[in-house]
Amino acid sequence: MGGLKERRASIVAAAAALSMLVAGAAHAQEDTIKVGILHSLSGTMAISETTLKDVMLMLIEKQNEAGGVLGKKLEAVVVDPASDWPLFAEKARELIEVDKVAATFGCWTSVSRKSVLPVFEELNSLLFYPVQYEGEESSKNVFYTGAAPNQQAIPAVDYLMAEEGVERWVLAGTDYVYPRTTNKILEAYLKSKGVADEDLMINYTPFGHSDWQTIVADIKAFGSAGKKTAVVSTINGDANVPFYKELGNQGIAAEDIPVVAFSVGEEELAGIDTAPLVGHLAAWNYFMSVDSEENDEFITAWHDFIKSEDRVTNDPMEAHYIGFNMWVEAVEKAGTTDPDAVIDAIVGVSVPNLSGGYSSMMPNHHISKPVLIGEIQDDGQFDIVYETPGLVVGDEWSDFLPDSKDLISDWRKPMSCGNFNVATGKCGGSES
Amino acid sequence: MLRSARCFLTAVAWLLALLVNVLPAAAADEAVLRPLVQALAEGSFDDKAAAIQALAGTGDPVVARVLEVLREGDLYQRTSDDLVVIAEKKQRELVLFDPITGEELETVKSRAASKIKVNNRLRRQIDGALGALTLMSPDRGTRLRAAQAVFDRANPDQLEGVRTASTAEQDPEIAEILGQAEAAMVLQSEEPEKAKLAAVDTLRKRGDRAAMAKLQGVVDDDSMPGLQEAARAALVAIERHYAMLSAAQNVYYGLSLGSVLLLAAIGLAITFGVMGVINMAHGEMVMLGAYTTFVIQEIIRQKAPWLFDVSLLIAIPSAFLIAGGVGVLIERGIIRFLYGRPLETLLATWGVSLILQQAVRSIFGPTNQQVGNPSWMSGAVNWMGLTFTYNRLWIIVFSLAVLALLMAAIRLTPFGLQMRAVTQNRQMAGSMGIRTPWVDALTFGLGSGVAGIAGVALSQIDNVSPNLGQGYIIDSFMVVVFGGVGNLWGTLVAAMTLGVANKFLEPYAGAVLAKIFVLVFIILFIQKRPRGLFALKGRAVEV
Repeated sequence: MGGLKERRASIVAAAAALSMLVAGAAHAQEDTIKVGILHSLSGTMAISETTLKDVMLMLIEKQNEAGGVLGKKLEAVVVDPASDWPLFAEKARELIEVDKVAATFGCWTSVSRKSVLPVFEELNSLLFYPVQYEGEESSKNVFYTGAAPNQQAIPAVDYLMAEEGVERWVLAGTDYVYPRTTNKILEAYLKSKGVADEDLMINYTPFGHSDWQTIVADIKAFGSAGKKTAVVSTINGDANVPFYKELGNQGIAAEDIPVVAFSVGEEELAGIDTAPLVGHLAAWNYFMSVDSEENDEFITAWHDFIKSEDRVTNDPMEAHYIGFNMWVEAVEKAGTTDPDAVIDAIVGVSVPNLSGGYSSMMPNHHISKPVLIGEIQDDGQFDIVYETPGLVVGDEWSDFLPDSKDLISDWRKPMSCGNFNVATGKCGGSES
Repeated sequence: MLRSARCFLTAVAWLLALLVNVLPAAAADEAVLRPLVQALAEGSFDDKAAAIQALAGTGDPVVARVLEVLREGDLYQRTSDDLVVIAEKKQRELVLFDPITGEELETVKSRAASKIKVNNRLRRQIDGALGALTLMSPDRGTRLRAAQAVFDRANPDQLEGVRTASTAEQDPEIAEILGQAEAAMVLQSEEPEKAKLAAVDTLRKRGDRAAMAKLQGVVDDDSMPGLQEAARAALVAIERHYAMLSAAQNVYYGLSLGSVLLLAAIGLAITFGVMGVINMAHGEMVMLGAYTTFVIQEIIRQKAPWLFDVSLLIAIPSAFLIAGGVGVLIERGIIRFLYGRPLETLLATWGVSLILQQAVRSIFGPTNQQVGNPSWMSGAVNWMGLTFTYNRLWIIVFSLAVLALLMAAIRLTPFGLQMRAVTQNRQMAGSMGIRTPWVDALTFGLGSGVAGIAGVALSQIDNVSPNLGQGYIIDSFMVVVFGGVGNLWGTLVAAMTLGVANKFLEPYAGAVLAKIFVLVFIILFIQKRPRGLFALKGRAVEV
């Protein structure tokens, strides 16, 4: 009997010692809370993503000056996935397993997000994704702080219809998933508004397309049918500069055929002479020219951090600003960085956005934000000509696509489902 | 800079006009104009549109000035008393002027006045209104712009004004446009059918896309069947004309695309074609040339702005020297150890290309750099209904000039002779006393330098970013292989053929498929003729 007792005591002691050891190790590790930054610093996407890395470093520095989170300092862990999609998944795994980050902020292209998604789900960690995307996705572990199509494309088209009386549409895009899906949604939406087939022209071009002569001439011809015509552009990245140059050279002014773009922001315009582009439009949730105190502070802080007055701010930067503040608040609310606790705590969290209002995290892991339409000015900034009267909630499953119109996503318990079909009343398999 | 100077000049001109215009008269108008001008700042875009119409309706000369300023986005509202003012930007401050009297009011911080926003619809409306107001202007350029504006907007309410201006107009070009504007307005007005038929005829003679847009409105309206038929016939005639032109236009687009391919490939025709080095860093030489252009423009902007229009001419030799110098370094440092080992060369130059990209990214940052177009490369010229953009025209000329110079250098200079000797029979050339390693280095430098020159031209149509070169490397190899390795004529013919084929396929297949078809075609062609279009014959082939 005594032997058993003794043995039990020794097991207890050993367990206690072990738990102390683990706690000690954990303590040493958690002097700081690590935050992963997963943005390409080399390769094709470095042009856009490097800025986001810098803005995250700035936000973390500011948070540390304000006392950190849960009384601990934040520590940024920066990795470079080099615009290489499989490498994104490897680097994400490294961040979670080796560096033990509490949350990761990163990715730009949809394909990089799709590449890391299984890693974040398998290892149950958090990803904040700051870029506008095509929707049709919802993951328990991903928070989409950029715009879904209904927070960008649909209001832009509505504006052109109401304000400019546009009846003929050119949907021009780069040939990959974001433009294809967005254009599919827009096509269904425009047809539901009574736009005829012959008033729609859909055109795709390869990545980095630089010879726009034929297409711009086609657009010009398409626009001379006596009806007001507009171009909805989902042309990505580098192909935009030669496109706008060709428009200018062939004499298409914004007053004749306006172009509304979803991928052209202040950063992209920094590389072009914008004088011939005045009046062309972009739809975003944030512009650098937004007139609010939060924005003034943000711009000043950014210029101080990057040590240049010339650098611009743009929409994905604001998305990181919102996402980071939401994560900080959710962690404070949950009292821990444990992913499940944060996922439960973050839904409903509201933080100020930069356009003078508040954005909230919705149960579908998308956020609510205002939609702004801006016209390009000759100084490379946008003049805001329209703002949605209220906040628009990100709709992950588009109502205009037959496959997804019955789906909703709600990550609150007890539903906890990313693709719940309201028609059949069943969860489509994406559940926790 | 230019803009503020223009603002200043317009302000001065306007002040002078006011002084001449006998001040009491202006003062009498002020009571009428002031509330109308104030209304520009109120309400939605719809309200502003109404205010613009009311202002234009007064016909007062001051109105044209106010509307022009509003269009340019220089009309502001002072926050302190809501007064609408004209503002001139001076760094972070605004100099405010009264919009009606033109007197300078004060200088304020930029936050103390807010810009009155206009959108495309309002700008369109202003253009139309301004057109009607400035049709009788003494300046020919202003009248021409005004005539074009009234044609574009074709507002039937302005018909009388246009008729008056048309009879008074002496300049035949402006008179013609006014006649067409009158026709476009007649079509929308309540004029009798006979006048409308004449108008259709006038527009048919104009025969461009803008005329088609005006005629389309008549075709859609079936209240006058005779007129509808005439308009439809006119449309068909114009469309037939365009169909005929489209072949010519496609050839031009093809040649223009071909010239870009040619420029990108010429350098490779030397390094790969003549020397046989698979140079994956070729695209980065193009990029270096583009960045040289950027740096030179930056220096010119800061030190000598008046040189801006010749910045490209300065950039050409500089890009040649810089890219050529880097090329010589690469040859001496890496490639000379790898002759005869194509796989290693491929990997090593691929590595060099990554190093160069990242180096440029570290120095200049990852974002696009702005390279400006000199004035002689902006805009387009219309000829017989075809549109030729200046930048493309110049690039065609430039690419042919570069090719001609290069051929001359290879055929006529002693260095060209040595180069040919070394590539044809290295040992024989060496035993004749030619320093073959030195010739190798210079040949590689020449190819790289020519790629740098291509970068100067490409900076005019593409973005200047560290990734610039990657877009051209595949196309360049395609052109050189298709044309026949080691033959500059082949490179020329191949580039132009591929360009034209691509542009003829594009309207039918779309840009993505057109590119795929061209690639498939080349693969099949190479199966049939492995040495390309113009194969080298004789002993050199086996070396």
